Amino acid sequence: MAAPTSEARAHSGPSYTTLLDFTHLGPLTRESAVKIRTVLALTTATALTLGLSACGGGGGGDTTSASPGAAAGGSTLTYWASNQGTSLDDDKKQLTPVLDAFQKQTGIKVNLEVIGWNDLQTRIQTAVTSGQGPDVVNIGNTWAASLQATGAFLPFDAKAMEAIGGKDKFVETALKTGGKEGEDPTSVPLYGLAYGLYYNKAMFKAAGLTPPTTWEEMVADAKKLTNPSTNVYGMSLAAGSYTENNHFAFINSQQNGGNFFDASGQPTFDTDANVQGIVRYLDLMQTHKVVNPSNAQYDNGTKSVADFSAKKAAMIINQNNADASIIANGMKADEYGVVPFPAPADAKNNTASHVAGINLSVFKNTKNQDAALKFVKFMTDASTQKTLGKPFSSLPVLKGETPVFTENAEEAKTFQEIYNTRSAPLPLVPAEDQFESTVGKAMNAMFAKIASGGTVSAADVKAAMKDAQDQVAASS
Amino acid sequence: MSAVPQIAPAPGASTTRRKKRERPRTTGGWLPYLLIAPAVIFELAIHLIPMAVGVWMSFIQLTKFFIRNWSAAPFVGLKNYRVAVDFNGIVGQRLLQSFLVTCAFSALAVLFAWALGMLAAVVLQKEFKGRAFFRTLFLVPYALPAYAGIITWNFMLQRDTGLVNHILVDQLHLTDTRPFWLIGNNAFVSLVVVAIWRLWPFAFLTIMAGLQSIPQDVYEAAEVDGARPLKAWRMITLPMLRPVNTVLIFVLFLWTFCDFNTPFVLFGSAQPPAGDLISFHIYNASFLTWNFGSGAAMSCLLLIFLMIVTGLYLALTNRRSANA
Repeated sequence: MAAPTSEARAHSGPSYTTLLDFTHLGPLTRESAVKIRTVLALTTATALTLGLSACGGGGGGDTTSASPGAAAGGSTLTYWASNQGTSLDDDKKQLTPVLDAFQKQTGIKVNLEVIGWNDLQTRIQTAVTSGQGPDVVNIGNTWAASLQATGAFLPFDAKAMEAIGGKDKFVETALKTGGKEGEDPTSVPLYGLAYGLYYNKAMFKAAGLTPPTTWEEMVADAKKLTNPSTNVYGMSLAAGSYTENNHFAFINSQQNGGNFFDASGQPTFDTDANVQGIVRYLDLMQTHKVVNPSNAQYDNGTKSVADFSAKKAAMIINQNNADASIIANGMKADEYGVVPFPAPADAKNNTASHVAGINLSVFKNTKNQDAALKFVKFMTDASTQKTLGKPFSSLPVLKGETPVFTENAEEAKTFQEIYNTRSAPLPLVPAEDQFESTVGKAMNAMFAKIASGGTVSAADVKAAMKDAQDQVAASS
Repeated sequence: MSAVPQIAPAPGASTTRRKKRERPRTTGGWLPYLLIAPAVIFELAIHLIPMAVGVWMSFIQLTKFFIRNWSAAPFVGLKNYRVAVDFNGIVGQRLLQSFLVTCAFSALAVLFAWALGMLAAVVLQKEFKGRAFFRTLFLVPYALPAYAGIITWNFMLQRDTGLVNHILVDQLHLTDTRPFWLIGNNAFVSLVVVAIWRLWPFAFLTIMAGLQSIPQDVYEAAEVDGARPLKAWRMITLPMLRPVNTVLIFVLFLWTFCDFNTPFVLFGSAQPPAGDLISFHIYNASFLTWNFGSGAAMSCLLLIFLMIVTGLYLALTNRRSANA
């Protein structure tokens, strides 16, 4: 930045006094004018340098590069955790002792930031774009293939897998969510979740019903338990949440033997199996009328949980982390039971859930790859899984472990069984995120139409799926 | 950084001085350039470079595959634009639909915000007891943080528990079934109402300020000549407020057309097609799908449209004021 000063001094000989007129300040010599000028130039230059370097350096300071000269083994990691517990602060409280134990064991310090779900994807996007992010990050496991496509994450090849304890320790279906099939995964499972059908024991008993084992039984039960005049319905759905809706499009399509992407990764949204699966789900509100039309406005799962806890709905289909909210809403643990979400009697297969949950990824450009892998190993260790399984209501992602999130052994067994044997991963293709948003939002609109008195036919669903499919094709 | 504001006034000061003396000066030297350099650099860094980057993005296929290394993204020429304006394709169709929704939204919101603002300003022009109270009260929506105001509307517009349905259905018994306000086609009505509620205090404030500059004796003269209030408003207030209205309506239009906060907060992640304003649409088109090239192309199209509207509006209003 010193260049303009000296250069300018060299060729600005004749016009000292014409540049700035300081006569009103009193007698000024040529020399003092030069001095003032130089001072001005220098201050400007300094100010600019400071300003520019501040711009350039901003945001980088919070990453690991800050402490290169730390003591042996004393490197620092930055870890972005997703919000799993009841609040960001609570998560921090739960994770801090775990991270302290890790530091004690390895000497590696972990800077923790817990990020809410609404911000997490944007934050990861920014980190990928700018190359300035954390070392280790939690991702929703359904994003795995999409995020893998960015190339920003470290593939767990044989060597990296070895470093975190070998791929054999994970439940097979869980590890499948790590990335695209046939490639080294860029994420490994951390917390397992699965859908289950929660039912209110007292309401079922009063109506003389037993928990359903087929879709048909579920609908029949729900009809018996529905009484709009008292505002009680057989089921409650998060029908206004595109993330929930696309999961049920997927699960119902799986039961029909359908797929949303073909082997080459091209979208096949409007096949009969998919359309019929979606119609079946919509019909809970449309034909069977066992769902309160208000549910079309429920934009996240906690609202149906609230209805269930308030005994306004006899059944909900939620992931096992609903336990915490159900109990927080005042229902006792022995007042509800869980069975797998049932498939129709003539279903092609009995998929009851997608493999839901949270995965752990390492940014490829981390300066502490060894430390990061050590951390991943630690987080996926049996003991850490046990510690965090309860507060975060998660299923262990490791073979041979039992869930600790509930005291109810039967419920724990049901969920672990669904997770290990009756769940399939959402499409493991880069366009998975677009499947979620296009199909899920189309279903939002269908539920909205049904709720406000319209009808949605199979042909309408097919047309909407064609639109969604074209959207995905157009933007890839 | 403190050096910059100290230097900034210097060029202005020296030009006025130069004018006063009328002394021809030799141009050249580096100081003037140095003095405006901070302004130029910051203008470049904050405005022009990001804009140029945006335009560049619209010509490349910036998807998740290339987001990490932009320079690897293939140059696709006008493809992003062709997709955006191909109204037979689904992307173009949706964009067109969003554009039309935005036009209708913008027209209604500006019209009602302006009319309400005008009405309130004229009513509060006459001195009466409690005038200051009403003036303050009317400005509340404008003073509230956008998020707080809109989220309150979100609560009021809930189907089962919302205040609006409680009044319409439970108190007044206007309909038997409880209507939805945040999904389906009613969402458009909700969006317009909330936008008007947010905007009209600004119209009110601006028009009220404008009214203060109209001399009272003009009205008195008109009254002597037998003009009724409505005629006085039409013949005096409106023409004399013309410069104010010209700017006001234009600003309101730009704000509503690019409104992002209202749909974002009102609908959250479950936005209905009827409330799909264009800024929000573009945000979804690029951030949810990681297709930033396509989003950039749509943004550029929006920019071009707004520039054309601005040009026409300025030409039209300037010509008319020249004639007047």
